[in-house]
Order: sequence, then C-alpha cells, then structure tokens
Amino acid sequence: MNMHVPSTPVSFASRPDDLVVARPEGLYCPAGDFYIDPWRPVGRAVITHAHSDHARIGHGHYLAQTDSEGTLRTRLGADINLQTLPYGEAVEHKGVRISLHPAGHVLGSAQVRLEHGGRVWVASGDYKTEPDGTCVPFEPVPCDTFITESTFGLPIYRWPTQAQLNADINAWWQRNADEGRASVLLCYAFGKAQRILHGVDAGIGPIVVHGAVEPLNAVYRAAGVALPPTFRVSDPEVNPQMLKRALVLAPPSAQGTPWMKRFGNYADAFASGWMQLRGTRRRRGVDRGFVMSDHADWPGLQKAIAGTGAERVFVTHGSVAVLVRWLTENGLEAQGFKTEYGDEDVADRAEAAA
Amino acid sequence: MKAFAALYRELDATTSSLAKQAALQRYLRAAAPEDAAWAVYFLAGGKPRQLVPTKLLRLLAQAEAGLPEWLFDESYEAVGDLAETIALLLPPPTEQHDLGLAVWVEQHLLPLRKTPPEQLADTLRAQWRQLAPDERLVYFKLITGAFRVGVSKLQVTQALAAVGDIDPKRVAQRLMGYTHIGGQPSPTDYGGLIAPESDGEQNQKTSGQPYPFFLAHPFNEPVERFDALLGTPADWVVEWKWDGIRAQLVKRAGTVWLWSRGEELITERFPELATMGEALPDGTVLDGEIVVWRKDETSSEGAGKVQPFAELQRRIGRKTLGPKLLREIPVVLLAYDILEWQGNDLRALPQEERRALMDDLVAQVQHPQLSASPMLTGQGWQDLSRQREAARAMGVEGMMLKQRRAAYGVGRTKDVGTWWKWKIDPLSIDAVLIYAQRGHGRRASLYSDYTFAVWDGPPEQADRKLVPFAKAYSGLTDAEMNRVDAVIRKTTIESFGPVRSVKPTLVFELGFEGIAKSSRHKSGIAVRFPRMLRWREDKPVEEADTLGTLGALLPGSASEAP
Repeated sequence: MNMHVPSTPVSFASRPDDLVVARPEGLYCPAGDFYIDPWRPVGRAVITHAHSDHARIGHGHYLAQTDSEGTLRTRLGADINLQTLPYGEAVEHKGVRISLHPAGHVLGSAQVRLEHGGRVWVASGDYKTEPDGTCVPFEPVPCDTFITESTFGLPIYRWPTQAQLNADINAWWQRNADEGRASVLLCYAFGKAQRILHGVDAGIGPIVVHGAVEPLNAVYRAAGVALPPTFRVSDPEVNPQMLKRALVLAPPSAQGTPWMKRFGNYADAFASGWMQLRGTRRRRGVDRGFVMSDHADWPGLQKAIAGTGAERVFVTHGSVAVLVRWLTENGLEAQGFKTEYGDEDVADRAEAAA
Repeated sequence: MKAFAALYRELDATTSSLAKQAALQRYLRAAAPEDAAWAVYFLAGGKPRQLVPTKLLRLLAQAEAGLPEWLFDESYEAVGDLAETIALLLPPPTEQHDLGLAVWVEQHLLPLRKTPPEQLADTLRAQWRQLAPDERLVYFKLITGAFRVGVSKLQVTQALAAVGDIDPKRVAQRLMGYTHIGGQPSPTDYGGLIAPESDGEQNQKTSGQPYPFFLAHPFNEPVERFDALLGTPADWVVEWKWDGIRAQLVKRAGTVWLWSRGEELITERFPELATMGEALPDGTVLDGEIVVWRKDETSSEGAGKVQPFAELQRRIGRKTLGPKLLREIPVVLLAYDILEWQGNDLRALPQEERRALMDDLVAQVQHPQLSASPMLTGQGWQDLSRQREAARAMGVEGMMLKQRRAAYGVGRTKDVGTWWKWKIDPLSIDAVLIYAQRGHGRRASLYSDYTFAVWDGPPEQADRKLVPFAKAYSGLTDAEMNRVDAVIRKTTIESFGPVRSVKPTLVFELGFEGIAKSSRHKSGIAVRFPRMLRWREDKPVEEADTLGTLGALLPGSASEAP
C-alpha cells in the first residue's frame, strides 16, 4: 500500500557491536542469543504481543508479558514453554537485562528493553500512543537505539481521538437501530473488537459477536477490562427482532459469507486505519469506514521516537524508506530493518495489521 | 458547509441508490434554501471555474503542513487525489465556524478568483484554519473544480421532486440551465425548483411536459403461429426495431424539449436535434429513436446507415460537446409516431392515422436530422421473417409490430392496443468466469456479478490467456447462483475488497444484443446487454470461445453470413 521508495537508499547495514541485528529468522540479540518476534522457529524468543505475525509457533522458549499469556496459549497451544514477566520487571539472560514496557497496542503488548554493556536498546513491536482503556497505555522508554514500526508512516495518517471515534460509532449504531436494521462492524477480532466494545454505549441495543471474537473477550474480561455483555448468534436470546437494533462485531473475513445472511438488510462498516483514505474505503465496499487503528499514526510515531531520546533509530515494517529519510533529515541516525511482519496481501494486511 | 460535507461523505460512502436518495432528501429538507440552491448546483454537475491555480495550492499546503516536497509527493502517491491529500495533510483547524455552504461559496470561494496573488496565501490560510477535515475535502474539490460524487442528475431531480411533491419531469425542465458555468443560484432559484406547478406550467400549450411513453412487449412465438395469433400483416404497421435512445421531441411555444424514456431531459446533449425541433410548428410532439446515422465509407449508397449503439454511447455522458464530436458522431431522430399536432393530443387516434400525419409532417419539414422510420411490407409473415434475418447486418434488433387500429397507450398497457417487439435471437458465445463480485440488495452476500473472458488464441497455442470482455449478472436461477457462489468461494485466487479473482473453471453461454469494436475495452470489443443464457457445466474451459470467434460476430465480418 505505501511501498514508495524515496530517492535516497535506505541502509540496512549493522555494526559489529550492535545489540540487535537482522537475521533470516528474525531480529536477533547476539549478546543474549535470543530473538524478538522471530518468524522462523528458534530456541529462545521474546514476544512483543500475541498477533499472529509477531507470535508464531515452534519456538523452544517464549518470554512475554503476563497479560498476553491467555491469548498466546489459546493461539499457539496450551503447552508452549512460556515464561511471563510483568511490565517493568527485569530478567537477566547471558548478561543482557531484559524488561517489558507497555506498548498500548493490544492487551499484553510490550516494548522490549535490552541493556548490555552500558547500552540500552528498545524494540517497540507494534505500538499506539493514545490510551484506549483496554490495555496499559504506551510509555516512552529512554534508550540509545530505538527500533520502531512504521505501519502508518506517512503524514496523511492522523487518527481521530478515541472519544471522537466512540461518538461516531455510537451515532452510526443509533441511527441504524432507529431505522430497524443491524449494524455489522467488521474489525480485527483481537484488540480492536474489545476496544470497540469498551467504548460503545451499550444502552443503544444488544451486542452480538462472531465466534472468533468471543474467546478474546473472555481473555480481556479475565484481565479486568470492562466489556458490556455480548451474545453469540447461537444464544437463545438472539432473534430477528432483537437483531434489528443490534451491533454485530465480526472479523473482516466474515464479510460476504453466509454467516452474514441472518442479519438481513444490515448496514456494514469497517474499522481500520486504512479507512483514512477514500480509495480504501470505497474498495472495501462497506457503507461506512471508521478510522481506527492499534498502530501509531504519524504524529504518534514522531512523539514516540522523540520521547525515547534515541540518537539511532531502526525502522521496521511499513513505510520504512519514508520514515528513514524523514528521521535522517531531522538529524537522527536512521536505518531500516527487513522484517516479515504483516507481509500478507493488502486486503488481509488491512485485517491483520490495522 | 458542515451539513454539505456530511452529505458528500454519505453519498460517497454508499453504493445503494435508495440510501443516496434518502440522504439527498434528508439534506434538502433540512438545508436553508440558499445552501440547498448551491448543493443542487454542485450535485447536478455545476462547476465554478478553477478558483486557485493547482500549483500554488500545492506549494501553500506543503508549507502549511511543514513538509518537504518529497514527503508531500509520497503522500499524494499514496492517496491518489490532490484535494484529499491536502485535506489530510493540513494541521488541524484552530478556529470554529458555523457558516453555511452559500456563505462559503459566495463570500469565500468565488472571490478567490479576483483576489490579488499577494493576498491569496493569507486568505487561503485563514480559510483552512476554520475547516474540519471532512469539510476540507469538499472545499478543495470545489476550488480545484474536481467536485464529483456518485449521484446522477436524475437522482437529484427525483429528490427535488420528492421534497417539492411535484412531478420529476417538471423538475427536470426547471433544472435546465441551472448548472451553467458561472451560475449563481439564489434561494429564489431553488424555491422555483420545488414550487407547486404554476398556471403557465400546467398550460398544455406552454408546458414542456412529454406524454408517458407507450412501451412494447416481447413477442417470441414461432412464425407459423403468427397468422393465428396476429391475423394478417395488413393489420399491422411493421418497422425495424432500432437500437438507439427512445425519445420524445416536444415543441411548444417556440421552445424545444427532448426527453428520454427514463424521463430525463436530454435536449442539451443533442443540440442538432434541438435545432431540428425549431423547424417544427408549435404544438407538435414526435416519438422516435435517436440513432447515430452516418454514410458508410465502404459503400457508395447515399443514404447512410444506423451505427452501433456503442457510437451513441460516446456522446452520452459527455458534459461538453465539441464541434469535432458533433461532426464525427452525427445523430438523427427516426420518428415513428406523432402524439400531438397543432396543440391537439392525438393519442386516441388509430396508429395508421397518426402515422400518415407524421409522414406528411416529416416530408414537409425536410430536415436532415429528421427521418421517418420506414414501414416494412411483405407477402405474409414468412416473408417478413425472412426480411428480419437482415436485422443483424443492418444493425437493428428486429422488428416492431403495431396494430393499425390501436391508440397510443400509457406504459406497458395493452388495453388500447399493443406494440410487439419481435427481436432476433441474441448472439451468443461460451465464455469463462474469471472475476466475481458480490451483488447488492437481496444478493448482497452472494457472488452474483461476474466478469467473463474468452481465450486470446486457439487451443493449440501454448501461452494463450483469458481476456475479459463482458460483465453479466442476470440469467441464472437463484439455485444456480447459489451453486456458482459456492464454486467461487472454493476457487478464489485473490480478493480485492468485494471482488475475487477465481481459478477458471466455470463456462457460461453468454447472450448479447449487439457487438462493436471498442478501444476502451481490453478485448477490443464491446457487447451490448450481455446476460447468461445457460451454465455450460458440460464444457471444459479449454473449449470456451476465443477472441477470434468473438470477432467473427462483428458486423461486416466475413464469416458472419450463416
């Protein structure tokens, strides 16, 4: 989607004493002999969060934030060799001090802080700077070198506030309910669905969720996040009459499937950062697009990078070339890391990453 | 401005015409008349001249957003639309406003053209500080002259008619000239659009209203049964069934109105027919077909012949008709009925009497843009049926049969007489389904709209590919469609939003009414009214037709003769 490469080439070269380097398996810490969010099976992996492009199966040992345990075990298997760590606490491994810090992306998402030989590196994973009430808000972590994502690394991406977003969704739902039709909101099942549930005004009508969403609701509820009551379509309370006022949350893959037929003449909407652009909204073919992302927008990226005080910045997945050039022109030493996060095609990428 | 921006967003977001209609009516009912006046102007296609040079806008926006040129360009690349890019890049507004559309247009936008260049930057920046992102999009679309949104003039007409509780045809007449460039619609102008009909408008002698069109029914009986069902051909007026635009030409009180069957006023699209209409006496209404008529360069016959509908399409939808286009694509009205003469409604007269009157008139007027659709005669139905076989070569769809004693009815009625359309069998070809899109309404979650392709070479050609040439969405039963839907889901290669590309496994016999060369289509060929005749479950994709077999159906192609 935004794969435009500016004229200056991006450097991907590392230095001999770098604390993190790119390897075919993933981002690697040579001093501690472990990987961060590797995409091929490795011995030791530190996982920033439980989205499937960051948390993969087959690693020998997993280290992740305490709140992500439920999702990781559900998705990767109950028997994975998982060690958890609360935010801010540190463990030491082969002389590298590892701690996890809130990334504000989804429940249990973490930035990874590495300290070794007097140097501090922070790998952001995916992050969002505005608090949303469903996970611990992003905290800037001072460091020498910061590894940042760049999913929405163009200045056209600027998110509405969480309050505005909630108000827009409520107004849309209310109007559909008044007109007697279901409001089907397509959104990623992990993170975004719970954020919507947490933010909407449940007084407008009943809320029905797709089978892919409910297990994650349970994880969030167990972690103490307030979510309104939700129904599944198989519940006895669900009938055509109540569906006319209902908000229905479903993953994007449900669009156009027979599962949707039961909602009759429904209004549909899609929640994603990509909805910022008219072209993507129209290509999605839904009635309404809500600009909602669990990634940082352009101002968020700038604020986060500046907040670390880092002099050196590595940029991963997204608008790597753009952000590297921009940071270089603003006096930082910036270069790229090649990663395999979010490499699905554009449509699915919108589902997974946004 | 806020309400108009919200309307724009709503219209832009939905593909449902019902939802668009509801949004239009809601807006018009709530808007102040001065704002509605401008909204109708823009929505119906009116455009102010460009107000600010694009280059200056880009430079100013870049500076205001604090971005280097390359990053502005990167953003533009990602967005693909200048107005939208600027709307997204400007810093958030710092001031509030609650000014309506009319105030914005009249006091802020239109004066930009006369603002001295040295003041322009300050003026624009002051405006940008007040506008929310939604409003900015509309604002920049207006000042760059690129305002377009997916509603037709007809939909705007219908919304106005609903709001004013009047006949949409009346609104269409009142809208004539409303959107001319440099126009400044006032609340009074808007009030005039939706006001109850005046005495003058209700007066038949001065009104531009057409009569309801009389529509034909299909007649698909075997020719052997014609005598039993229809009697002798002598009881019928027989004509070619033209493939053009059905139209009524109304001439009253010195003014000409040209109406399409969809009750759209199309006078401005066919200026040569408007000129021709001026040659008719007041109180005349003709019914006929607009066709492109041109001398065939390959033949020496003087009369010329009707051109494929695709030619006419090149003129439909054009906002401006240059002299070149008018010269290249000349149209005529092939008249076949007269509904009013000397101010008298003739519809109750028998068909043959109306026809005789009309023939006299056409002969009298002697205008190159007006011909009478010829009447055909034959020794019985078999003979006519043989003549009908020439239809395809002539570029017509078949024949029309009109009862000589019949009056001119309303719509699809048969109570005062009947018009039959006796069409030739459609052309057909076996094609492969390669893309599928979800339908709308009842078919919203079904893949019901398909794109079809033919091979670009014969089976022995190893690297031949499938070339798309037509879209079709009708002709299947619900049960068939459900089965096709299931196959599409199983054979999907890629999804692009609502569209899927599928592995080629499904072959359908497609029928269509006409075929013509087209530079706008990848296949080089455009077909008219394509639909699925049947699902060829017996046929493997390798045996589907090729561009060669499709091309052989083109009129004038050597292999066309049976």
